[in-house]
Amino acid sequence: MFIINYLKEVFGAVKSLATGLRRTMYYFTHHKEIITQQYPDNRETLNFPERFKGEVVMPHDENNEHRCTGCTACELACPNGSLKVITQFNVTAEGKKKKAIDKLVYHLELCTMCNLCIVACPSDAIKMAQTFEHSVYDRSELTKILNKPGSKIMEGVE
Amino acid sequence: MYRENEIMDGIADEKARREADETGDLIINMGPQHPATHGVLHLVVTLNGETIKKVEPHLGYIHRSIEKMCESLTYRQFIYVTSRMDYLSAHINNHACALCVEKGLQLEIPERAQVIRVLMDELTRIASHELWWGAMAMDLGAFTPFFHAFRERETINDIMEETCGARLTMNYMVPGGVMADIHPNFQKRVKDFLILYKRKIKEYDELVTGNIIFQNRMKGVGYLSAEDAISYGCTGPTARGSGVSCDIRKLYPYEVYNKLSFDEILETEGDSFARYMVRLREMNESIKIIEQLIDNIPEGDFQAKTKAVLKLPKGEFYTRVETARGELGVYIVSEGGMTPYRIKFRSPGFSNLSALDHMARGSKLGDLVAMMGTLDLVIPDIDR
Amino acid sequence: MWSFHNIANFVNDWLSQTFNPTLVTIIEMVIVGVCVIGLFAVLGLVLVIMERKVSAWIQIRLGPNRVGPKGMFQSLADTLKLLVKEGMTPSGADKFLFNLAPYIAMMVAMLLMAPLAFAKNFQMWDMNIGVLYITAISSVSVISVLIAGWSSNNKYSLMGAMRAGAQIVSYELSAGLSILSVIVLTGSLNINKIVLSQADGWWIFKGHIPVIIAFVIFIIAVTAETNRAPFDLAEAESELTAGFHTEYSGMKFALFFLAEYVNVFIVCAIGATLFLGGWMPFHIGNWQGFNHVMDFIPSSIWFFGKTFFLIFLIMWFRWTFPRLRIDQLLNLEWKYLLPISMFNILLITAMAIGGWYF
Repeated sequence: MFIINYLKEVFGAVKSLATGLRRTMYYFTHHKEIITQQYPDNRETLNFPERFKGEVVMPHDENNEHRCTGCTACELACPNGSLKVITQFNVTAEGKKKKAIDKLVYHLELCTMCNLCIVACPSDAIKMAQTFEHSVYDRSELTKILNKPGSKIMEGVE
Repeated sequence: MYRENEIMDGIADEKARREADETGDLIINMGPQHPATHGVLHLVVTLNGETIKKVEPHLGYIHRSIEKMCESLTYRQFIYVTSRMDYLSAHINNHACALCVEKGLQLEIPERAQVIRVLMDELTRIASHELWWGAMAMDLGAFTPFFHAFRERETINDIMEETCGARLTMNYMVPGGVMADIHPNFQKRVKDFLILYKRKIKEYDELVTGNIIFQNRMKGVGYLSAEDAISYGCTGPTARGSGVSCDIRKLYPYEVYNKLSFDEILETEGDSFARYMVRLREMNESIKIIEQLIDNIPEGDFQAKTKAVLKLPKGEFYTRVETARGELGVYIVSEGGMTPYRIKFRSPGFSNLSALDHMARGSKLGDLVAMMGTLDLVIPDIDR
Repeated sequence: MWSFHNIANFVNDWLSQTFNPTLVTIIEMVIVGVCVIGLFAVLGLVLVIMERKVSAWIQIRLGPNRVGPKGMFQSLADTLKLLVKEGMTPSGADKFLFNLAPYIAMMVAMLLMAPLAFAKNFQMWDMNIGVLYITAISSVSVISVLIAGWSSNNKYSLMGAMRAGAQIVSYELSAGLSILSVIVLTGSLNINKIVLSQADGWWIFKGHIPVIIAFVIFIIAVTAETNRAPFDLAEAESELTAGFHTEYSGMKFALFFLAEYVNVFIVCAIGATLFLGGWMPFHIGNWQGFNHVMDFIPSSIWFFGKTFFLIFLIMWFRWTFPRLRIDQLLNLEWKYLLPISMFNILLITAMAIGGWYF
């Protein structure tokens, strides 16, 4: 009885090892299961879901106009102080002073892509871009100004 | 065992060295940089040959003072920081914080948001357990399972990326619901994942669970009795492996957990293998929960209407959830302002780690690594 | 026909005609030495890339695929990197022994190549005690590990060395006993005679179950002896960071690394020689036609084919199994493998006396 149990044990042990070996042999011989993505080579075919949070950008239309009113909602919503709105007062044709943004400074190095600024923005002026290769040689390159030079606010956005 | 000023002055090190010289013990520092500590855990291990006499965890290498940071952030803002505590179940951490804020605001959450939250929690739990499975097998010297586990985890990460916009630190929870509605592809991709998972989970048993070497390494090692598990404050799979019923989803249900049918996994052996089996079976329970919910996501809003500026009334609020590692408690003291007065997180990893010394004494050095694997330690969760 | 035997003879003849006998001996020794070093380097490169590819495919990865065609020159690039890396010596180390250890490891691996029969009539040193020489020299390798671990002045290294000491010394017993089983059947310690005795069938077929048991024990024991997973306790990455070679870097580390792989090759070559017939083609009894067809495949291909099959087996184990614990490792040897192989050798002795083999 003891011998039979002992042999059963040994047989079970060998069988358990063999199942593992069979599994690894399956993957050794089935190369179509390989899941490696050869990253820098497949850059063209990489597609990110539209919600992917890569970087805050401000979309401009063809007339170099954006939708930012300079309300500083994003600045208040940001937990890290990544966004800074610098406003100026433009004098309109009627002689009235109108508040507009001079610069929207974005510190990519501080940003954690939490999406809170996008949610907070009342006029949908900023959105998340699907870029992800943010490495630069100098930290100062990560401080970006989101509005393009010479851009102005779109008509009808308050 | 040493007074605080002794540790600060380095007298403790000297004392320990002198003691070791007398007894002939070997003191080795496992960590803060060591392949098996999964981060920056520092264990001072006193060895007699290969046998462990004492394990002293030293913490603080990744302390980022998250609790203090949260005090200067508003109730909307502080949630994202908690993703950086237990980064493997970032979603569930965020959930706990959102729940606590909602408790303070006495918000009613739309049913759809609740279901989405639970779905995401369970997906996160599976992803976390899969990483644990691979990492634990790697601790025991088998490298292949790590890659196999990551293959399934990758699918979950893709689903997360599509709906939440990020793979690891999603920040998808907001007080009042979730940040955005689920992606149109979400249900289909989750169903695809369920099919994939059921096909691949058998391989886990073939490769690791059934393996005789693995079983011998795990069975009877790192014994933790139910009494000890309770007295050390262990929660989650660590305590359930010792037969302590402590699943917050069952005992203090939040969201829609009370409407779901799933089992609390309990193993009574209390050894490393029991903890391993609890986690493995828990993944199947999570699959069960997802199957119940994925076709029954109710219509409605994904977010409750909230004020632009959230202010919790003066008072103290505490909620707890079941993360992949155990019970996470969030304790907010509010003075009525825009930011919390004090936040305290009761992290599961810290309590689970404290049982390590008790478990490890008398076993071999190789077992220590196996035990750390079954405790599923995430060091940023311990240090915060 | 081109064969290693013909080339060797041709070189020998040409040298004998050109120079006087003493010079011929010296030149031939130099040639053999260069060949051994060359083989050593080539084996290291081939086995490293093989290991990386095998592990990658098992782990559903692609493996190295950047340097050269399909990444085949990856290990060459790694060697270059290791060559130009600084070889650090820790301040508390015993400098002489610390620097000596990798050379001992390499020298042992080189010496072990001497009696191997790489092809028909192609052997560096056809000595009458070939197998004994191999078992004797291979036990020196543990000294290099012990020296490396002790002289590093690192607790991890020391523990790794102690583990390696216990492990290699124990597993040499059952490896030796399973080698002995073939010697009992052959009645000779000469490698060439052992190979020739398998002309009508390899020992693993001729000796049926007892020799198969001996073969399995041999594979387990040599896996442990060469410190390969699942018996890699001396290195045990997750426990002892890198075990006995934690403190080594640059070329000194590379020598350990190379010696490990060459040792794997050598033990597999010995296994192939003893159990799978070495360079002997696959022959079945007296099927003349079949045997004749098999003879057309060059003997060196048979030898390297069998050896690399065994190497693949050991690599396959490594990437499938978790590691054993130190007490389980010693239990396995002293409580299971040693009694079984002792009983087995009795069986084989009876078999050899009674002539109960094919």
